[in-house]
Amino acid sequence: MERFGENAVAALGDATLRGALRHATDLFGERRRAAVADVGAVEFDALRDRARAIKDHTLERLDHYLEQFAERATARGVRVHWARDAEECCAIVAALCEGALQGRPEASRTIVKSKSMTSEEVRLGEHLERAGFTSVETDLGEWIVQLAGEAPSHIIVPAIHKTKAQIAELFAERVGTAPDADEQALTAAARRVLRERFAEAGIGISGVNFAIAETGSFLVLENEGNARLSITAPRVHIALMGIEKVVPRLADLDVFLKLLPRSGTGQHLTTYQTLITGPKSDPAMEGPDEVHVVVLDNGRSRMLEQAVTRQSLACIRCGACLNACPVYQQVGGHAYGSVYPGPIGAVITPQLAGLERGAQLPFASSLCGACRDVCPVRIDIPGLLLHLRGEVVGAASAPRGPRGTVPRRRGERLAFWLWSFVVRSPWRYAVATRLVRLGQRLFARGGRIGRVGGLLGWLAPPLAAWTEGRDLRPLARHAFRDCWRAGMALCGTRTARTEEGEP
Amino acid sequence: MRVALFVTCLVDQVWPTVGVAAVQVLRRLGCEVTFDPGATCCGQPAYNTGYRGHAARQARQWIASFERSGADWAVLPSGSCAAMVHHFPRLFDAEPAWRERAERLAERSRELCQFVVGVLGRDAIGAHFAARVTWHDACHGLRELGIRDEPRRLLSKVRALELVEMPEADSCCGFGGTFAVKHAELSTAIADRKCEAIAALGVDCVAAADVSCLMQIEGRLRRLGSAVRAVHVAEILAGDAP
Repeated sequence: MERFGENAVAALGDATLRGALRHATDLFGERRRAAVADVGAVEFDALRDRARAIKDHTLERLDHYLEQFAERATARGVRVHWARDAEECCAIVAALCEGALQGRPEASRTIVKSKSMTSEEVRLGEHLERAGFTSVETDLGEWIVQLAGEAPSHIIVPAIHKTKAQIAELFAERVGTAPDADEQALTAAARRVLRERFAEAGIGISGVNFAIAETGSFLVLENEGNARLSITAPRVHIALMGIEKVVPRLADLDVFLKLLPRSGTGQHLTTYQTLITGPKSDPAMEGPDEVHVVVLDNGRSRMLEQAVTRQSLACIRCGACLNACPVYQQVGGHAYGSVYPGPIGAVITPQLAGLERGAQLPFASSLCGACRDVCPVRIDIPGLLLHLRGEVVGAASAPRGPRGTVPRRRGERLAFWLWSFVVRSPWRYAVATRLVRLGQRLFARGGRIGRVGGLLGWLAPPLAAWTEGRDLRPLARHAFRDCWRAGMALCGTRTARTEEGEP
Repeated sequence: MRVALFVTCLVDQVWPTVGVAAVQVLRRLGCEVTFDPGATCCGQPAYNTGYRGHAARQARQWIASFERSGADWAVLPSGSCAAMVHHFPRLFDAEPAWRERAERLAERSRELCQFVVGVLGRDAIGAHFAARVTWHDACHGLRELGIRDEPRRLLSKVRALELVEMPEADSCCGFGGTFAVKHAELSTAIADRKCEAIAALGVDCVAAADVSCLMQIEGRLRRLGSAVRAVHVAEILAGDAP
C-alpha cells in the first residue's frame, strides 16, 4: 500500500486486466442502477437514510449492543470470543481448531472457509497454514484467487481481475481440466474438488454480514451455497466478525437486505441467506455441534472516537463504491496493496493499518464523489479522504515521534508553503504570475504546451507529469484582473481567442 | 442587484475570456458586477491536499473581499470553487466568529448557472451559439452543489445550439486537483474514458462549468489530435448572434 503509485502505473499497462475491470464494473454499475430504479430512487434513498440511522444509533451504543449480542448468543449455546487485534484473533481461531481435533486423531486438518474479508484482514489463512492446517477457500472466486496464490482484488468479487481464459489456464494447471474448458466444465471441476473438502473437513470458518443483538443470531449472505456448506457440514463452525457488524433488531435486516445485494451486485436478494442462531439443540438434527463467534476490534474502536471517522464503521462491505470509482475501474484492487481496496479501502486501511503504512491511499482518489452517490449507508467517503489527507500532512510535519515513519513530504510542503506565500498577497500573486508568463515562453508553442521532458521536465516535475499525456493551456497573455482594470478592453471574448491562437 | 464576481485563479490566469463572458452575461441580466483583485485563489488546492491552514488563509481573504464588496451575492464561474466556498465554514471549527462570516458567504455564493436559473429565475437569456455541444457534469458542482438541470436548461434556450447528451456525462474527467500530477498516468487514463465518449458523439464542443475539467479534457483531446473544442458555459451564454 506504500506503492500505490507504482502499482497503478503497472496496472494501467495491463490491457487484459483493464478489459476485465471495465467489463465487470460496467456490468455491476448497470445492474445496480436497474435494481435501484426498480425500487424507485426516492424509496431507495429513504432506505439509505434508515440504514444509516440504524448504523449511527448502533455505533453510538456499540458496547451495549455487542454485550447484548454476546449474552443472547451465549444463551443459545454459541461461544463468543473477543479479539483485540489480528494476532489475538488468529491465536483464538487456531486454538479453537486444535481444540476441535482433540481426542479425534483420525480427524482431518482440512478447514473449509467461506469468503470473509475479516479473515483476509487478519491473514488467518497464512496463520492456519503455519499451524499445520489446510485452509481451503470455498467461495469460487476466492478459491480461484487462492489457487493462483493471489489476494482478492474486490470486496465481494475476489477474482474480478481475472478473465475466463486466465481461469481456464489456471484450472488446467492446478485442477487438471482441459485448457479450453468452458464455464460449465470449470464450475463442475470446482464443485468436484470442493465437495471432497466439504466431506472431509471437521471445521468450517465463515464471516458475518450482520449480527443481531436482539436474538444473538448472525447472518451470512452469498450466492453459491458454499458458505452454507462451510457453516453446516463440519462439526465445528467458527465465525469471524468485526465489532461494527452488530445491528439491534432482527427487523433491521429488512432494510439491509434490501440495500446490500442491490448495491453490490444489483441483485434483489442474494441466492442464499443463512441465519444462524446457535448450534443444533438436538443431536438428531443436522448442523454443527459447536458454534464460535470471534468478535474482532483490530483498530476499529479507534474510529469510534470522532464522528467523522466513526462513519467508516457504518460500511456494510457491499463493494458498490469500488464499482463506481473511476480509479478502481482503471487499476483494480491489487494496486491498493491493501486487503480492502477502492474508496472504502482507502478510507479504512490507513485507520486500521496506521498512517505510516496507509499514507498514500487517501490520495488515490480524484475526490469525484461517485462513491458517496452509491454508498447504501451514505458514508461521506470524499469527506473522510479529505480528513485523512489532513491527518497525513499533519503527521508529516509533526516532529518525529516514536511512530514517526510517516513520509515527510518535504517537497510538497515546501511547494504549498510557497504557493500560500504567493496567493495570500494579491501583489505577490501578480508578480509571480508575470514571472510564469515569462517562463512559459520556453515551453508554449502555438497557444499550447506540449510534452515537457529533459532538463526542463526535471526542473518542473508537475509540468512534466501533466504534459506526459496531455497538452496544457498556458497562462493567457493578459490575466482577467488586467482586463478588468483596463475596462475589459484587453480581452474581449473573440479577440482573446484569436490572440491565443484558438480557432 | 449587486454581484461580486469571484473569477477563480484558473479563469483569471489561464482562461480570462470566461471571466469576461461571465461579466457580460451578468450585466445583460441587469446585475451590477464588482470584481476585487484582492481575492486570488479560493484555497482549494491546499484544502484538497490536506493543508487546511493554508486553505483557511485563503478563505479569510475571500470572506473579507466579499464583505468589502457590499454585494448581495458572490458568483463563481466554477462549480468546484463554489463548492469550496461552501466548505469554508468547516475550516473554522475553533473560530466561531470566522465561522459565522464563512457561513454568511457560503449562503450568499452561487455557481454562475445556479445563480442565473436559481436566483435570477432566468433561462432564456438571448444567447446564440451555433454548434453541436455536449455537456460534462463537473463532479463538485454536481455532487456537492446538486447542479445538473440548470446548465442544461440554459443551454437548451441558446439559439442555434444543439445539445447532445453523452453517456456517463456525470463521470469524472480525472482531473482531481493535485491528483492530476500526483497520479498523472491514472488521471490521463480516466480522461481517456471521457474523451472516448466525447469523440463518439461527433460534436463541435464539450462544455462544462469548470475550467479545471475543461483544461483536463482539452489537454487530452489535443494530445489525441481531436478537433473538439472545450468551452466554458459562460462563453456560450455570452455568445451573440453573428
